Parts: sequence; C-alpha cells; structure tokens
Amino acid sequence: MILRVSRYRPGVDAEPVFQEYEVPDRADWAILDALNHVKDAVDGTLSFRWSCRMGICGSCGMNVNGEPKLTCGTFLTDYTGPVTVEPLRGFPVIRDLVVDIDPFLANLSKVSPWLIREGEEPDSEYAQTPEQLEAYKQYSMCINCMLCYSACPVYVLDPDFLGPAAIALAQRYNLDSRDMGDRFDVLSAEEGVWGCTFVGECTSACPKHVDPAEAIQRYKLTAALRSVLPFTRRRP
Amino acid sequence: MTYSPPRDRLWFLRRRAYLVFVLRELTSLFVAWSVVYLILLLDAAAGGALPAFWAWAAGPWVLAVNVLALGATVFHSVTFLNLAPKATVIRLDGWRVPGFMISGGNYSAWLAVSVLILWVLS
Ligand code: SF4
Ligand code: FES
Repeated sequence: MILRVSRYRPGVDAEPVFQEYEVPDRADWAILDALNHVKDAVDGTLSFRWSCRMGICGSCGMNVNGEPKLTCGTFLTDYTGPVTVEPLRGFPVIRDLVVDIDPFLANLSKVSPWLIREGEEPDSEYAQTPEQLEAYKQYSMCINCMLCYSACPVYVLDPDFLGPAAIALAQRYNLDSRDMGDRFDVLSAEEGVWGCTFVGECTSACPKHVDPAEAIQRYKLTAALRSVLPFTRRRP
Repeated sequence: MTYSPPRDRLWFLRRRAYLVFVLRELTSLFVAWSVVYLILLLDAAAGGALPAFWAWAAGPWVLAVNVLALGATVFHSVTFLNLAPKATVIRLDGWRVPGFMISGGNYSAWLAVSVLILWVLS
C-alpha cells in the first residue's frame, strides 16, 4: 500500500509537497500504525501528533483522502488505492501533519467552558437526576479533535467563526442544570451561531456523535427567541 | 514559521456534500421569486387586474420560471423541514420527542396551510 504524505519542512519547503512511502498492507493497521511504521523504520523525520491510539485523546486528526478522520480509527482496509494523508484543513501547518491548534483553543476559551455559579457554595455536592445529565451529556463527549472545524467550509474560509466544537461546548454548559452563566453575547454574535450556514458536515465528521450542528441550530432558536423576548431568562 | 494555504475559491466543488449545500442555498433565489410573484398576484387581485395578470402569467417564460420555481421551492421546503428537528429538541418529562414527529408536525402544518390557501383561492 502506498501512503502519499504531505510534507512541510519550514525553512526547506516553500509549501507542502507530497512524499510517497510503501507500507505493508496489514488488515489490522490503522493509518496511524502505517505512519508510525514510516517514522520507526523508513523516515524518522516525519512529524505527526498522536497519543492514545484509541479514539480518546483527539490528537491524531488528519485529512485522509480529503476527509477529516481520526487516523487511529481509520484502517488501511477502508481504502484500495494509494492513501493520501494531509494535515487538517483550516489550521496553519507547523510541520508535516502537525497543525497549530492555538486558534481552536482560543475559540474554546471564549465560551467560558466551566460551570458558572452565583451565590453561596452549597455544603454538599450538586446532585443531578439522570434526566438532567441526559440534557447535556451528548455535548460533553467532545474530545477536541477539531475534525468538525476541518469539515466546516465556513471556518476554513473565515477563521473568526467560533466554530462547531466551541458552540457545542457552550451548550454542554448552557444545558447543565448546575450552570448559571450566560453565554448569549459571545454565541449570538455574528461570528457565533449566526456564522453557521448549516452545511452539516461537522456532524458527519464527528467521531463521537456530539452532533455540533444540532447544538448550533438549537442555540439559533434560543438566540432568536431571546432577541424577540428580551426578558426571557436563559433557562427554559 | 507556519504555512497557511491560499483561500480556495472552488471549495464547493471539493466535496459532494458542499455542492449539495450550495445548490440548496441557490434555491433561495426561487423562493424569493415566489414571494415576488405572490405579491404581484395579491396586488392584481386587490386592483381588479386579475385577467391581465393571468394573461401575463400564462406566457411561456413566466410559466417556465414558475415550473422551475415550484421544483426549487419544494426541494428547499423539504430539505428545510427535514432539518427542523435539529433546531427543535423537545423533551417531555425527560423523553425526547423523536425527529420524525417534529418534522411530521411541520409537514402537517404545511399541508394544512396549503389546503387553506387552495380553499381561499377557489
Ligand atoms: S465536536 Fe466532534 S468533531 Fe468536533 S472536536 Fe468534538 S469530538 Fe471532534
Ligand atoms: S491517537 Fe488519540 S484519538 Fe487517535
């Protein structure tokens, strides 16, 4: 099996170039295993990020044949011809398959992704019913892999857009019964939910079934209602 | 020193899903045309100029545009209503109302309004 890997060596390459590597076509190998084989046995200069190898850490996201994928969960057997591996679209490339995640982290922190409380701290823990947990659980499954950003043409064209995972994360707290915060200003801005044109590819790309497109459309409804009824409290 | 690729002006040709999305957005033009057409119709009805309006509307160009507009607005409406459950997550006592019921409700409302309009017009 041939791997066509995008290489960018700052100071050497003016722009990324493809390099081909022959790798054993093993049925139990994920793309990440093939990349590690290249790194260990063929070319130690190849750079890419990974950690858990089990779809948990979210660091091995790359474009495989043009689609954003977790390379530890995408197998060689899923492809027949040469497999093209490129860095995630939408982010500056630092080297080879490693992208700069700072813009993504900055967007995440814009939505105050923590429980915001007012008043006295209670003496015991904040109890929640299974229904209250269910209300936001799906949005808490995000592993920050950025595949949704890479799949989103709005984000790729306009990096000021807050983006799918950050909005889903905001909803993870908005819908939490313990949270008392208000993220209206950042979410209802032009670069917030209204930047989304509902292409829906973020949801298709998400390996954790977070469904960020749903999170965004739900907040559009919330934001629209709050604009019409200015005195509505955040909580339904 | 990072590398950022130049802006891709043909991004919508890169994936099928993008192309379908762009086509769906373009159908908005026909939705706008349908609104203009309805306003002209109402204006003619209010001014007693309906026969002249129908004569104009029966012309081949208007007919062709309207056939296209019908297809485009139906496509627009169907895709729009199919997406509606994404924006409306309704929980009744913890039970999440399934998407098909929400879009089913929307389709029923569409049908009801269409029947009402048909009844008013005939
Ligand atoms: S929402 Fe899904 S695709 Fe986006 S960062 Fe989270 S896990 Fe990845
Ligand atoms: S290596 Fe952790 S998600 Fe792939």
